[in-house]
Amino acid sequence: MNPVSTNNITVAYHRKPVIQNVSFEAPEGKLIGIVGPNGAGKSTLIKSILGLVPKASGNISIYGKPYKKQRQIVGYVPQRGSVDWDFPTNALDVVLMGKYGQIGLIRRPNKKDKQEALECLAQVGMEAFANRQISQLSGGQQQRVFLARALAQNAFVYFMDEPFVGVDAATEKAIIQLLTDLKSKGKTVLVVHHDLQTVKDYFDWVMLLNIRKIAFGPTEEVFTQEHLQKTYGGRLAFLDQESNGVNPLA
Amino acid sequence: MLDLLANPNTQWVLVGTMLLGITSGVLGSFALLRRQSLLGDAMSHAALPGICIAFIIVGSKEMLPLIIGAGITAYIGTYLIQAFVKHSRIKTDTAIGLVLSVFFGIGIVLLTYINRNATGNQSGLNEFIFGQAAAMVRSDVNLFVIAAIALLTITFLLFKEFKIITFDREFAQGLGLPTVFINGLLMTMIVASVVIGLQAVGVVLMAAMLIAPAITAKYWTDRLDVMVILSGVVGGLSGLLGTLISAPISGMPTGPLIIVSSCSLFFLSLIFAPKKGLLTKAIRLMRLRKSTSQNQVMQGIYEFIEETGRNTLTLDDLISVQPLSGLRLQQTIKRLQKRNWLQRSTETYQFTDKGIKEAHQITLNQRMLQMYSMHEMQFAHLPMEKNNWDFLSLPNSEQQPLFELLSKHELFPSVLQERTEDR
Repeated sequence: MNPVSTNNITVAYHRKPVIQNVSFEAPEGKLIGIVGPNGAGKSTLIKSILGLVPKASGNISIYGKPYKKQRQIVGYVPQRGSVDWDFPTNALDVVLMGKYGQIGLIRRPNKKDKQEALECLAQVGMEAFANRQISQLSGGQQQRVFLARALAQNAFVYFMDEPFVGVDAATEKAIIQLLTDLKSKGKTVLVVHHDLQTVKDYFDWVMLLNIRKIAFGPTEEVFTQEHLQKTYGGRLAFLDQESNGVNPLA
Repeated sequence: MLDLLANPNTQWVLVGTMLLGITSGVLGSFALLRRQSLLGDAMSHAALPGICIAFIIVGSKEMLPLIIGAGITAYIGTYLIQAFVKHSRIKTDTAIGLVLSVFFGIGIVLLTYINRNATGNQSGLNEFIFGQAAAMVRSDVNLFVIAAIALLTITFLLFKEFKIITFDREFAQGLGLPTVFINGLLMTMIVASVVIGLQAVGVVLMAAMLIAPAITAKYWTDRLDVMVILSGVVGGLSGLLGTLISAPISGMPTGPLIIVSSCSLFFLSLIFAPKKGLLTKAIRLMRLRKSTSQNQVMQGIYEFIEETGRNTLTLDDLISVQPLSGLRLQQTIKRLQKRNWLQRSTETYQFTDKGIKEAHQITLNQRMLQMYSMHEMQFAHLPMEKNNWDFLSLPNSEQQPLFELLSKHELFPSVLQERTEDR
């Protein structure tokens, strides 16, 4: 059974379709990138799977059952800018929030929960920052705290919304390491991503999305010039320039 | 004063205002963090028509019906604001302004109507506008005690849920928590804390009762649980102070004095709070400026020696090697002389032995930072943020690749090079 399967999801804001008839079956144990131009509906796609934006139509199942019944096995890393980082709390406490679902209403986190949260922080190289106020963390560190929080959920399927945006090199490295670890444990990770340069390095599978699904499959088969042209259209001229060896990192 | 405190009426007022301060402080913390401070203002203004309607129906100034009426219209007002924002193009500030003034307007109209058709019972209803704490009686206080216990107990039990929904509602929803219920409950509790404070503080000033203790508390802590407790303490203390100050002077209004007390506590915190207070910030900025200008001058001189091979600098040289303004340069030079890093002989300046070593370290660290930034990916494992960007404290094996890069770019500080290699 597939970790994530969707059947004709459509989402519309004020009658304008944001994503249209997107169907796909995500294979287990893969790192899956979702790429496409700005406004192509990448974030909306994962938010609609997680029930955070209302769907106009379509079905979603997680390991064969509706998402509502599978919440416990689904982890989510929202965009970093979605919360107020001036909130009075520390890194460990944010990670502990990942366990609130398992802990249950009213009950408090115990020592074991805290220990596990600390281990999640260690996995992203942030254990030394456990007691640091979250506004005192750099953007990359905040991103790693969010990743640790998702780890604390101990899910089987993860959705991450642009985790690589605006992070430092150390964080980029930590995220890649983490993705590899998750994959080796057989977990499935769907990542909204916008840097085409790194798609081939990071992801086993890729979805090219521009309101409709353009292509979905193993990266080496699907991430082709033809599909990119279909996804980005006229904007591809800019891409060619980038891939012509101007990039010093390449 | 003591006589007044022995008076049972004063005692009731005191208990009442303190309880109100505590509950509005505790729930105000959440309102503040949810960025709903202004919503609190709208809530309290929207409560006025409810009070009037309840009075018209019941025909007496019984506290419970009035509070229920207030709660209902306050809730309707809050709901309308959120509905406007969700379903139309109206922005939050506009929606709040609209609801606040319309509801308050209706309230005043109703109040006038009640006064015109006076039966004698209505006297005191006007006091809901500015509050009349002194009018509190024992039965009112009993009601407050019950309300306060209920609100504080729920906050204690659902603290974890209130925290996550305030910080990241979408994530809470993803966890499968009943966010709609928790959100509705928290909202209802904030409305409740507003309406029970109306009699004492009045609709006009109630928002301050919600905000001032919370923002005061936020200056002293980085933890939500501590902030909520502190906010309750500040609220309670304000209630106490306001009542005690107003009690001995006849005609002094208690409600406004409570607000003045809590705002005074806020201003004290704004200036004197450790870490976040303006004073601490100013001192920290001054220190940072000092150490930065010191480093700039030291590195400037070092690089001058590196380039020209001249060990002595005139004042003009000194001015040209660093970016500081005249006055700051003078101060910095004085400090460097005091530390015995720089010495002056009539018209020229030169490093002391101690000074040149120090300058070497400063320059080396600065250039290692430069190398680190150029090749950040290669050095991503270094704990630079943790050790305050002090490359010199790294173990030798970690420093080596940076040294090699410095040599490759011919940037290794050269004035004292032999000495470093000796080490």
